[in-house]
Amino acid sequence: MIDIWYKILEVLPFEWAQEGQMIFMKNALLAVILLTPLFALLGTMIVNNNMAFFSDALGHGAFTGVAIGGLMGFIQPVGSAVVFSLLFAFLIALIKHRSSYSSDTIIGVFSSTAVALGIFLSTIGGKSFAKLNSYLVGDILSITPGEIGFLFILLMVVLAFWLLFFNRLLLVSINPSLAGSRGISTFWYEVLFSCAVAVAVTVSMSWIGLLVINSFLVLPAASARNVSRNQRQYHFWAVIFSLFSGIVGLILSYYIETASGSTIILVSSGIFFITFALRRKFA
Amino acid sequence: MENRHHISRRAASGCGLCCTKIEHFGVTIGNTPILTDVNLHIHCGELTAIIGPNGAGKSTLIKAILGEISHTGTISYVQANGGPSHTPVMGYVPQSLKLDTTSPTSVLDLFLACRSHLPAWLIHSRKQVNSVRERLSRVKAEHLIDRRLGALSGGELQRVLLALALDPMPDLLLLDEPVSGIDQNGLELFYETVSELRRTYDLSIILVSHDLDMVKNYADRMVLLNKTVLSVGTPDEVLQSESFYKVFSLEWQKQWRSKGGEG
Repeated sequence: MIDIWYKILEVLPFEWAQEGQMIFMKNALLAVILLTPLFALLGTMIVNNNMAFFSDALGHGAFTGVAIGGLMGFIQPVGSAVVFSLLFAFLIALIKHRSSYSSDTIIGVFSSTAVALGIFLSTIGGKSFAKLNSYLVGDILSITPGEIGFLFILLMVVLAFWLLFFNRLLLVSINPSLAGSRGISTFWYEVLFSCAVAVAVTVSMSWIGLLVINSFLVLPAASARNVSRNQRQYHFWAVIFSLFSGIVGLILSYYIETASGSTIILVSSGIFFITFALRRKFA
Repeated sequence: MENRHHISRRAASGCGLCCTKIEHFGVTIGNTPILTDVNLHIHCGELTAIIGPNGAGKSTLIKAILGEISHTGTISYVQANGGPSHTPVMGYVPQSLKLDTTSPTSVLDLFLACRSHLPAWLIHSRKQVNSVRERLSRVKAEHLIDRRLGALSGGELQRVLLALALDPMPDLLLLDEPVSGIDQNGLELFYETVSELRRTYDLSIILVSHDLDMVKNYADRMVLLNKTVLSVGTPDEVLQSESFYKVFSLEWQKQWRSKGGEG
Protein backbone atom coordinates (compact mmCIF):
# COMPACT_ATOMS: atom_id res chain seq x y z
CA MET A 1 0.00 0.00 0.00
CA ILE A 2 2.79 2.36 0.94
CA ASP A 3 4.24 1.78 -2.55
CA ILE A 4 1.31 3.67 -4.04
CA TRP A 5 2.34 6.65 -1.93
CA TYR A 6 5.94 6.37 -3.11
CA LYS A 7 4.72 6.29 -6.73
CA ILE A 8 2.58 9.39 -6.25
CA LEU A 9 5.55 11.28 -4.83
CA GLU A 10 7.62 10.60 -7.93
CA VAL A 11 5.79 13.36 -9.77
CA LEU A 12 7.35 15.89 -7.39
CA PRO A 13 10.44 17.72 -8.62
CA PHE A 14 12.48 16.85 -5.50
CA GLU A 15 15.50 14.56 -5.65
CA TRP A 16 14.39 12.68 -2.53
CA ALA A 17 11.02 12.00 -4.10
CA GLN A 18 12.44 9.92 -6.94
CA GLU A 19 12.16 6.16 -7.14
CA GLY A 20 14.20 4.28 -4.55
CA GLN A 21 15.42 7.46 -2.83
CA MET A 22 15.10 8.52 0.80
CA ILE A 23 12.31 6.19 1.89
CA PHE A 24 12.38 7.71 5.40
CA MET A 25 11.54 11.14 4.00
CA LYS A 26 8.54 9.81 2.11
CA ASN A 27 7.31 7.99 5.19
CA ALA A 28 7.76 11.11 7.28
CA LEU A 29 5.82 13.22 4.79
CA LEU A 30 2.87 10.85 4.87
CA ALA A 31 3.03 10.76 8.67
CA VAL A 32 3.01 14.55 8.83
CA ILE A 33 -0.03 14.69 6.54
CA LEU A 34 -1.89 12.37 8.93
CA LEU A 35 -0.60 13.78 12.20
CA THR A 36 -0.96 17.51 11.70
CA PRO A 37 -4.72 17.62 10.97
CA LEU A 38 -5.35 15.26 13.87
CA PHE A 39 -3.57 17.59 16.24
CA ALA A 40 -5.15 20.67 14.67
CA LEU A 41 -8.67 19.34 15.30
CA LEU A 42 -7.99 18.56 18.95
CA GLY A 43 -6.14 21.85 19.24
CA THR A 44 -9.19 23.94 18.30
CA MET A 45 -10.89 22.82 21.50
CA ILE A 46 -7.73 23.10 23.59
CA VAL A 47 -7.48 26.76 22.65
CA ASN A 48 -11.24 27.27 23.23
CA ASN A 49 -10.92 25.87 26.74
CA ASN A 50 -7.63 27.57 27.64
CA MET A 51 -6.11 24.14 28.06
CA ALA A 52 -2.67 24.77 26.53
CA PHE A 53 -0.97 24.17 29.84
CA PHE A 54 -3.05 21.06 30.40
CA SER A 55 -2.04 19.40 27.14
CA ASP A 56 1.56 20.23 27.95
CA ALA A 57 1.18 18.43 31.28
CA LEU A 58 -0.33 15.41 29.54
CA GLY A 59 2.92 15.02 27.64
CA HIS A 60 4.74 14.93 30.94
CA GLY A 61 2.36 12.28 32.24
CA ALA A 62 3.00 10.21 29.14
CA PHE A 63 6.72 10.53 29.73
CA THR A 64 6.34 9.04 33.20
CA GLY A 65 4.33 6.24 31.66
CA VAL A 66 7.21 5.50 29.30
CA ALA A 67 9.61 5.41 32.26
CA ILE A 68 7.34 3.02 34.18
CA GLY A 69 6.97 0.83 31.12
CA GLY A 70 10.74 0.78 30.73
CA LEU A 71 11.13 -0.22 34.35
CA MET A 72 8.70 -3.07 33.92
CA GLY A 73 10.78 -4.30 31.04
CA PHE A 74 8.60 -3.47 28.04
CA ILE A 75 10.53 -2.94 24.85
CA GLN A 76 7.73 -0.77 23.45
CA PRO A 77 6.54 1.20 26.47
CA VAL A 78 3.79 3.01 24.51
CA GLY A 79 1.10 0.75 25.93
CA SER A 80 1.95 1.51 29.52
CA ALA A 81 2.40 5.18 28.64
CA VAL A 82 -1.14 5.35 27.23
CA VAL A 83 -2.58 3.73 30.35
CA PHE A 84 -0.64 6.02 32.61
CA SER A 85 -1.48 9.22 30.78
CA LEU A 86 -5.17 8.27 30.70
CA LEU A 87 -5.03 7.85 34.46
CA PHE A 88 -3.14 11.11 34.71
CA ALA A 89 -5.70 12.98 32.60
CA PHE A 90 -8.56 11.56 34.64
CA LEU A 91 -6.93 12.51 37.93
CA ILE A 92 -6.31 16.09 36.85
CA ALA A 93 -9.92 16.44 35.66
CA LEU A 94 -11.25 14.89 38.86
CA ILE A 95 -9.22 17.06 41.22
CA LYS A 96 -9.98 20.14 39.18
CA HIS A 97 -13.66 19.29 39.46
CA ARG A 98 -13.60 18.50 43.17
CA SER A 99 -11.55 21.41 44.45
CA SER A 100 -11.62 25.14 44.10
CA TYR A 101 -7.95 25.49 43.17
CA SER A 102 -7.33 27.12 39.85
CA SER A 103 -6.58 24.59 37.15
CA ASP A 104 -3.19 26.24 36.64
CA THR A 105 -2.09 25.25 40.11
CA ILE A 106 -3.37 21.70 39.89
CA ILE A 107 -1.82 21.12 36.49
CA GLY A 108 1.46 22.63 37.70
CA VAL A 109 1.54 20.24 40.64
CA PHE A 110 0.76 17.21 38.51
CA SER A 111 3.06 18.17 35.71
CA SER A 112 6.14 18.62 37.86
CA THR A 113 5.38 15.49 39.86
CA ALA A 114 5.09 13.50 36.66
CA VAL A 115 8.37 14.74 35.21
CA ALA A 116 10.23 14.19 38.46
CA LEU A 117 8.77 10.71 38.83
CA GLY A 118 9.68 9.89 35.25
CA ILE A 119 13.30 10.94 35.66
CA PHE A 120 13.51 9.31 39.08
CA LEU A 121 12.20 5.96 37.86
CA SER A 122 14.29 5.88 34.73
CA THR A 123 17.54 6.61 36.58
CA ILE A 124 17.03 4.11 39.42
CA GLY A 125 20.20 2.12 39.95
CA GLY A 126 22.38 4.72 38.28
CA LYS A 127 21.02 4.08 34.79
CA SER A 128 21.60 6.63 32.09
CA PHE A 129 18.78 8.94 31.09
CA ALA A 130 20.06 9.14 27.52
CA LYS A 131 17.85 6.36 26.18
CA LEU A 132 14.80 8.51 26.89
CA ASN A 133 16.16 11.51 25.01
CA SER A 134 14.37 10.37 21.87
CA TYR A 135 11.05 11.00 23.64
CA LEU A 136 12.03 14.54 24.46
CA VAL A 137 13.04 15.61 20.99
CA GLY A 138 11.27 13.03 18.83
CA ASP A 139 12.12 11.88 15.34
CA ILE A 140 9.49 11.85 12.65
CA LEU A 141 12.03 10.46 10.18
CA SER A 142 12.15 7.20 12.14
CA ILE A 143 8.51 6.33 11.49
CA THR A 144 7.83 2.98 9.79
CA PRO A 145 5.01 2.12 7.32
CA GLY A 146 3.41 -0.03 10.04
CA GLU A 147 3.30 2.92 12.39
CA ILE A 148 1.86 5.09 9.63
CA GLY A 149 -0.96 2.57 9.27
CA PHE A 150 -1.54 2.90 12.98
CA LEU A 151 -1.58 6.71 12.68
CA PHE A 152 -4.19 6.44 9.95
CA ILE A 153 -6.43 4.42 12.27
CA LEU A 154 -5.85 6.95 15.05
CA LEU A 155 -6.83 9.79 12.72
CA MET A 156 -10.05 7.96 11.80
CA VAL A 157 -10.87 7.42 15.47
CA VAL A 158 -10.28 11.08 16.30
CA LEU A 159 -12.43 12.13 13.31
CA ALA A 160 -15.26 9.88 14.45
CA PHE A 161 -14.91 11.25 17.96
CA TRP A 162 -15.02 14.79 16.57
CA LEU A 163 -18.14 14.09 14.53
CA LEU A 164 -19.98 12.53 17.44
CA PHE A 165 -19.02 14.73 20.35
CA PHE A 166 -17.97 18.10 18.99
CA ASN A 167 -21.29 19.90 19.54
CA ARG A 168 -21.49 18.91 23.17
CA LEU A 169 -17.83 19.70 23.78
CA LEU A 170 -18.40 23.12 22.26
CA LEU A 171 -21.36 23.82 24.56
CA VAL A 172 -19.39 22.73 27.61
CA SER A 173 -16.57 25.04 26.55
CA ILE A 174 -18.94 27.99 26.00
CA ASN A 175 -20.72 27.70 29.34
CA PRO A 176 -20.93 24.70 31.70
CA SER A 177 -24.25 25.81 33.20
CA LEU A 178 -25.81 26.24 29.79
CA ALA A 179 -24.58 22.78 28.83
CA GLY A 180 -25.90 21.41 32.12
CA SER A 181 -29.37 22.82 31.46
CA ARG A 182 -29.37 20.76 28.29
CA GLY A 183 -28.55 17.56 30.10
CA ILE A 184 -24.85 17.47 29.23
CA SER A 185 -22.58 16.25 31.99
CA THR A 186 -19.77 18.78 31.97
CA PHE A 187 -17.42 16.65 34.01
CA TRP A 188 -17.64 13.54 31.83
CA TYR A 189 -17.22 15.49 28.63
CA GLU A 190 -14.14 17.17 30.05
CA VAL A 191 -12.78 13.76 31.00
CA LEU A 192 -13.61 12.35 27.59
CA PHE A 193 -11.83 15.15 25.77
CA SER A 194 -8.82 15.02 28.10
CA CYS A 195 -8.50 11.31 27.45
CA ALA A 196 -8.65 11.82 23.68
CA VAL A 197 -5.84 14.38 23.90
CA ALA A 198 -3.89 12.14 26.26
CA VAL A 199 -3.98 9.23 23.80
CA ALA A 200 -3.03 11.39 20.81
CA VAL A 201 -0.15 13.04 22.65
CA THR A 202 1.21 9.82 24.12
CA VAL A 203 1.09 7.82 20.94
CA SER A 204 2.80 10.54 18.91
CA MET A 205 5.40 11.45 21.50
CA SER A 206 8.22 9.37 20.05
CA TRP A 207 7.78 10.99 16.62
CA ILE A 208 7.16 14.57 17.59
CA GLY A 209 8.91 14.87 20.92
CA LEU A 210 7.66 15.94 24.29
CA LEU A 211 9.30 19.35 24.10
CA VAL A 212 7.46 20.49 21.00
CA ILE A 213 4.31 18.36 20.84
CA ASN A 214 2.14 21.02 22.45
CA SER A 215 2.89 23.44 19.63
CA PHE A 216 1.34 20.99 17.18
CA LEU A 217 -1.86 21.29 19.17
CA VAL A 218 -1.92 24.97 19.99
CA LEU A 219 -0.29 26.88 17.12
CA PRO A 220 -2.58 26.01 14.18
CA ALA A 221 -5.70 26.69 16.25
CA ALA A 222 -4.28 29.93 17.61
CA SER A 223 -3.48 31.11 14.07
CA ALA A 224 -6.89 30.01 12.78
CA ARG A 225 -8.59 32.07 15.49
CA ASN A 226 -7.01 35.19 14.07
CA VAL A 227 -8.82 34.79 10.78
CA SER A 228 -12.06 32.96 11.68
CA ARG A 229 -15.51 34.13 12.62
CA ASN A 230 -17.24 30.79 13.05
CA GLN A 231 -16.46 27.18 13.81
CA ARG A 232 -16.42 26.12 10.19
CA GLN A 233 -13.75 28.65 9.23
CA TYR A 234 -11.91 27.89 12.46
CA HIS A 235 -11.62 24.19 11.63
CA PHE A 236 -10.86 24.81 7.99
CA TRP A 237 -7.99 27.20 8.69
CA ALA A 238 -6.57 25.17 11.57
CA VAL A 239 -6.31 22.12 9.33
CA ILE A 240 -4.91 24.11 6.38
CA PHE A 241 -2.32 25.90 8.54
CA SER A 242 -1.22 22.69 10.22
CA LEU A 243 -0.88 20.81 6.93
CA PHE A 244 0.95 23.69 5.30
CA SER A 245 3.44 24.12 8.11
CA GLY A 246 3.88 20.34 8.44
CA ILE A 247 4.67 19.80 4.77
CA VAL A 248 6.70 22.95 4.21
CA GLY A 249 8.56 22.54 7.50
CA LEU A 250 9.51 18.94 6.79
CA ILE A 251 10.79 19.69 3.29
CA LEU A 252 12.70 22.76 4.51
CA SER A 253 14.31 20.70 7.26
CA TYR A 254 15.60 18.29 4.62
CA TYR A 255 17.34 21.02 2.64
CA ILE A 256 18.70 23.08 5.50
CA GLU A 257 19.47 19.98 7.56
CA THR A 258 17.70 20.85 10.79
CA ALA A 259 15.46 18.91 13.18
CA SER A 260 12.13 18.46 11.39
CA GLY A 261 9.88 18.97 14.44
CA SER A 262 11.29 22.36 15.28
CA THR A 263 11.35 23.49 11.64
CA ILE A 264 7.67 22.65 11.32
CA ILE A 265 6.91 24.65 14.43
CA LEU A 266 8.89 27.65 13.25
CA VAL A 267 6.83 27.72 10.04
CA SER A 268 3.74 27.37 12.17
CA SER A 269 4.73 30.27 14.43
CA GLY A 270 5.48 32.34 11.34
CA ILE A 271 1.87 31.77 10.24
CA PHE A 272 0.67 32.78 13.68
CA PHE A 273 2.46 36.12 13.60
CA ILE A 274 1.32 36.88 10.05
CA THR A 275 -2.32 36.10 10.85
CA PHE A 276 -2.02 37.99 14.11
CA ALA A 277 -0.96 41.09 12.21
CA LEU A 278 -3.88 40.64 9.81
CA ARG A 279 -6.51 39.75 12.39
CA ARG A 280 -8.33 43.09 12.35
CA LYS A 281 -9.16 42.61 8.69
CA PHE A 282 -11.12 39.50 9.66
CA ALA A 283 -12.68 40.66 12.91
CA MET B 1 -44.28 18.06 16.60
CA GLU B 2 -43.06 20.87 18.76
CA ASN B 3 -45.84 23.15 17.57
CA ARG B 4 -48.47 20.64 18.49
CA HIS B 5 -47.00 20.56 21.93
CA HIS B 6 -47.52 24.30 22.38
CA ILE B 7 -50.98 24.42 21.02
CA SER B 8 -52.28 21.63 23.19
CA ARG B 9 -50.73 23.23 26.21
CA ARG B 10 -52.05 26.64 25.38
CA ALA B 11 -55.55 25.39 24.81
CA ALA B 12 -55.61 23.41 28.00
CA SER B 13 -54.14 25.98 30.30
CA GLY B 14 -54.00 29.72 30.38
CA CYS B 15 -55.63 29.41 33.75
CA GLY B 16 -52.49 28.25 35.49
CA LEU B 17 -53.60 24.65 35.61
CA CYS B 18 -50.19 23.29 34.76
CA CYS B 19 -47.63 24.00 37.35
CA THR B 20 -44.10 23.26 38.43
CA LYS B 21 -43.92 22.14 42.03
CA ILE B 22 -40.77 22.58 44.04
CA GLU B 23 -41.14 20.78 47.33
CA HIS B 24 -38.90 20.77 50.39
CA PHE B 25 -35.81 21.91 48.50
CA GLY B 26 -32.68 22.03 50.58
CA VAL B 27 -29.03 22.60 49.67
CA THR B 28 -26.10 22.19 52.01
CA ILE B 29 -22.59 22.97 50.86
CA GLY B 30 -19.97 21.55 53.20
CA ASN B 31 -21.60 22.03 56.59
CA THR B 32 -23.30 25.29 55.67
CA PRO B 33 -26.99 25.11 54.88
CA ILE B 34 -27.58 27.42 51.91
CA LEU B 35 -31.26 26.69 51.39
CA THR B 36 -33.71 24.94 53.68
CA ASP B 37 -37.23 23.73 52.99
CA VAL B 38 -38.01 25.84 49.94
CA ASN B 39 -41.53 25.22 48.61
CA LEU B 40 -42.74 26.93 45.45
CA HIS B 41 -45.51 26.45 42.92
CA ILE B 42 -44.76 28.09 39.61
CA HIS B 43 -47.82 28.43 37.40
CA CYS B 44 -47.96 28.53 33.63
CA GLY B 45 -48.17 31.92 32.04
CA GLU B 46 -46.72 33.57 35.11
CA LEU B 47 -43.49 35.39 35.61
CA THR B 48 -42.26 34.66 39.12
CA ALA B 49 -39.48 36.92 40.30
CA ILE B 50 -37.16 35.79 43.05
CA ILE B 51 -35.66 38.60 45.07
CA GLY B 52 -33.45 38.57 48.12
CA PRO B 53 -30.26 40.06 49.53
CA ASN B 54 -26.81 39.00 48.41
CA GLY B 55 -26.00 35.53 49.63
CA ALA B 56 -29.69 34.63 50.00
CA GLY B 57 -29.19 31.56 47.84
CA LYS B 58 -30.97 32.82 44.70
CA SER B 59 -28.40 31.54 42.24
CA THR B 60 -28.01 28.38 44.29
CA LEU B 61 -31.73 27.74 43.93
CA ILE B 62 -31.46 28.08 40.15
CA LYS B 63 -28.50 25.71 40.09
CA ALA B 64 -30.35 23.20 42.25
CA ILE B 65 -33.41 23.37 40.00
CA LEU B 66 -31.16 22.78 37.01
CA GLY B 67 -29.67 19.79 38.81
CA GLU B 68 -26.22 21.30 38.67
CA ILE B 69 -25.72 20.92 42.41
CA SER B 70 -27.22 18.21 44.54
CA HIS B 71 -30.24 19.00 46.68
CA THR B 72 -32.86 17.38 48.84
CA GLY B 73 -36.55 17.59 48.00
CA THR B 74 -38.32 17.16 44.67
CA ILE B 75 -39.27 19.08 41.56
CA SER B 76 -42.09 17.95 39.30
CA TYR B 77 -44.12 19.34 36.45
CA VAL B 78 -47.86 18.77 36.67
CA GLN B 79 -49.56 18.80 33.29
CA ALA B 80 -52.77 20.70 32.73
CA ASN B 81 -54.61 17.73 31.25
CA GLY B 82 -53.96 15.67 34.34
CA GLY B 83 -51.28 13.61 32.58
CA PRO B 84 -48.50 12.09 34.65
CA SER B 85 -46.19 14.61 36.26
CA HIS B 86 -42.56 14.52 35.23
CA THR B 87 -39.33 16.46 35.60
CA PRO B 88 -39.89 19.70 33.69
CA VAL B 89 -38.06 20.45 30.47
CA MET B 90 -35.94 23.46 31.39
CA GLY B 91 -34.66 26.42 29.47
CA TYR B 92 -31.94 28.45 31.07
CA VAL B 93 -30.52 31.89 30.44
CA PRO B 94 -27.26 32.10 32.38
CA GLN B 95 -26.34 35.10 34.48
CA SER B 96 -23.72 36.14 32.01
CA LEU B 97 -21.67 34.24 29.53
CA LYS B 98 -18.07 34.73 30.43
CA LEU B 99 -16.90 34.70 26.88
CA ASP B 100 -13.51 34.73 25.43
CA THR B 101 -14.18 37.65 23.08
CA THR B 102 -11.87 36.20 20.44
CA SER B 103 -13.71 32.90 20.25
CA PRO B 104 -14.67 32.03 16.68
CA THR B 105 -18.16 30.87 17.60
CA SER B 106 -21.08 32.44 15.75
CA VAL B 107 -24.66 32.63 16.96
CA LEU B 108 -25.52 30.00 14.36
CA ASP B 109 -22.77 27.71 15.74
CA LEU B 110 -24.24 28.02 19.20
CA PHE B 111 -27.71 27.01 18.02
CA LEU B 112 -26.45 24.19 15.84
CA ALA B 113 -24.35 22.83 18.71
CA CYS B 114 -27.54 22.61 20.75
CA ARG B 115 -29.95 21.20 18.22
CA SER B 116 -28.13 19.45 15.40
CA HIS B 117 -26.57 16.01 15.33
CA LEU B 118 -24.05 17.13 12.76
CA PRO B 119 -21.06 18.97 14.22
CA ALA B 120 -21.25 22.75 13.88
CA TRP B 121 -18.06 22.82 11.78
CA LEU B 122 -19.51 20.55 9.11
CA ILE B 123 -22.33 21.17 6.62
CA HIS B 124 -25.22 23.34 7.76
CA SER B 125 -28.48 22.15 6.27
CA ARG B 126 -30.65 24.93 4.87
CA LYS B 127 -33.57 23.66 6.91
CA GLN B 128 -31.64 23.96 10.14
CA VAL B 129 -30.39 27.45 9.30
CA ASN B 130 -33.89 28.66 8.47
CA SER B 131 -35.24 27.20 11.63
CA VAL B 132 -32.55 28.93 13.69
CA ARG B 133 -33.42 32.20 11.99
CA GLU B 134 -37.07 31.70 12.91
CA ARG B 135 -36.15 31.03 16.57
CA LEU B 136 -34.05 34.19 16.63
CA SER B 137 -36.91 36.21 15.18
CA ARG B 138 -38.94 35.41 18.32
CA VAL B 139 -36.63 37.74 20.20
CA LYS B 140 -36.05 40.14 17.30
CA ALA B 141 -32.49 38.96 16.81
CA GLU B 142 -32.56 37.27 13.39
CA HIS B 143 -30.03 39.78 12.04
CA LEU B 144 -27.44 38.48 14.53
CA ILE B 145 -27.27 34.95 13.15
CA ASP B 146 -23.79 35.22 11.61
CA ARG B 147 -22.26 37.41 14.30
CA ARG B 148 -19.56 36.12 16.58
CA LEU B 149 -20.75 35.68 20.17
CA GLY B 150 -17.87 37.83 21.34
CA ALA B 151 -18.97 40.70 19.08
CA LEU B 152 -22.47 40.96 20.56
CA SER B 153 -23.47 43.62 23.06
CA GLY B 154 -24.72 42.51 26.47
CA GLY B 155 -28.34 43.02 25.47
CA GLU B 156 -27.97 41.24 22.15
CA LEU B 157 -26.27 38.27 23.80
CA GLN B 158 -29.02 38.05 26.40
CA ARG B 159 -31.71 37.96 23.69
CA VAL B 160 -29.81 35.30 21.76
CA LEU B 161 -29.55 33.20 24.93
CA LEU B 162 -33.25 33.70 25.54
CA ALA B 163 -34.03 32.42 22.06
CA LEU B 164 -31.77 29.47 22.72
CA ALA B 165 -33.51 28.68 26.00
CA LEU B 166 -36.82 28.55 24.08
CA ASP B 167 -35.54 25.92 21.68
CA PRO B 168 -37.06 23.44 22.39
CA MET B 169 -39.94 25.16 24.18
CA PRO B 170 -39.40 24.48 27.88
CA ASP B 171 -41.93 23.76 30.65
CA LEU B 172 -39.98 26.06 32.88
CA LEU B 173 -37.81 28.99 31.86
CA LEU B 174 -35.08 30.06 34.28
CA LEU B 175 -33.59 33.52 33.95
CA ASP B 176 -30.64 34.25 36.18
CA GLU B 177 -30.14 37.99 36.66
CA PRO B 178 -30.44 38.74 32.98
CA VAL B 179 -30.02 42.43 33.69
CA SER B 180 -26.32 42.70 34.42
CA GLY B 181 -24.18 44.42 31.83
CA ILE B 182 -27.12 45.68 29.79
CA ASP B 183 -28.06 49.30 29.20
CA GLN B 184 -31.51 50.64 30.08
CA ASN B 185 -32.92 50.27 26.56
CA GLY B 186 -31.64 46.75 26.23
CA LEU B 187 -33.12 45.98 29.60
CA GLU B 188 -36.60 47.18 28.72
CA LEU B 189 -36.49 45.39 25.40
CA PHE B 190 -35.49 42.21 27.21
CA TYR B 191 -38.27 42.42 29.77
CA GLU B 192 -40.84 43.26 27.13
CA THR B 193 -39.74 40.30 25.05
CA VAL B 194 -39.96 38.02 28.07
CA SER B 195 -43.47 39.27 28.95
CA GLU B 196 -44.63 38.82 25.41
CA LEU B 197 -43.24 35.29 25.24
CA ARG B 198 -44.92 34.43 28.50
CA ARG B 199 -48.30 35.35 27.01
CA THR B 200 -47.70 33.84 23.59
CA TYR B 201 -46.36 30.50 24.76
CA ASP B 202 -47.95 30.32 28.20
CA LEU B 203 -44.56 29.85 29.81
CA SER B 204 -43.68 29.39 33.44
CA ILE B 205 -40.82 31.74 34.16
CA ILE B 206 -38.55 32.07 37.16
CA LEU B 207 -36.53 35.26 37.16
CA VAL B 208 -33.76 36.03 39.63
CA SER B 209 -33.21 39.76 39.81
CA HIS B 210 -31.84 42.64 41.83
CA ASP B 211 -33.60 45.34 39.88
CA LEU B 212 -36.75 45.78 41.95
CA ASP B 213 -38.06 48.71 39.89
CA MET B 214 -38.03 46.78 36.69
CA VAL B 215 -39.18 43.49 38.12
CA LYS B 216 -42.16 44.99 39.90
CA ASN B 217 -43.57 46.18 36.58
CA TYR B 218 -43.28 42.87 34.82
CA ALA B 219 -43.57 40.13 37.45
CA ASP B 220 -46.88 38.45 38.20
CA ARG B 221 -45.67 37.01 41.42
CA MET B 222 -42.72 37.71 43.65
CA VAL B 223 -40.84 35.45 46.04
CA LEU B 224 -38.67 36.86 48.78
CA LEU B 225 -35.90 34.40 49.47
CA ASN B 226 -33.35 34.37 52.24
CA LYS B 227 -32.22 30.80 52.92
CA THR B 228 -35.88 29.88 52.68
CA VAL B 229 -39.07 31.42 51.30
CA LEU B 230 -40.00 34.39 53.50
CA SER B 231 -42.83 35.84 51.48
CA VAL B 232 -44.83 35.00 48.35
CA GLY B 233 -47.43 37.05 46.56
CA THR B 234 -47.98 39.83 44.06
CA PRO B 235 -45.07 42.28 43.84
CA ASP B 236 -47.00 44.81 45.92
CA GLU B 237 -47.80 42.28 48.61
CA VAL B 238 -44.21 41.14 48.91
CA LEU B 239 -42.70 44.61 48.79
CA GLN B 240 -45.01 45.69 51.63
CA SER B 241 -44.48 42.59 53.72
CA GLU B 242 -42.90 42.59 57.12
CA SER B 243 -40.13 40.26 55.91
CA PHE B 244 -39.16 42.59 53.11
CA TYR B 245 -38.58 45.39 55.60
CA LYS B 246 -36.56 43.12 57.82
CA VAL B 247 -34.41 41.71 55.06
CA PHE B 248 -33.48 44.83 53.17
CA SER B 249 -31.78 47.67 54.92
CA LEU B 250 -33.59 50.98 55.20
CA GLU B 251 -31.00 52.55 53.00
CA TRP B 252 -31.90 50.30 50.15
CA GLN B 253 -35.61 50.96 50.48
CA LYS B 254 -35.10 54.69 50.49
CA GLN B 255 -33.15 54.39 47.31
CA TRP B 256 -35.89 52.37 45.75
CA ARG B 257 -38.66 54.72 46.90
CA SER B 258 -36.84 57.81 45.71
CA LYS B 259 -36.72 56.30 42.24
CA GLY B 260 -40.50 56.38 42.14
CA GLY B 261 -41.62 53.11 43.62
CA GLU B 262 -44.69 53.61 45.78
CA GLY B 263 -44.72 51.79 49.11
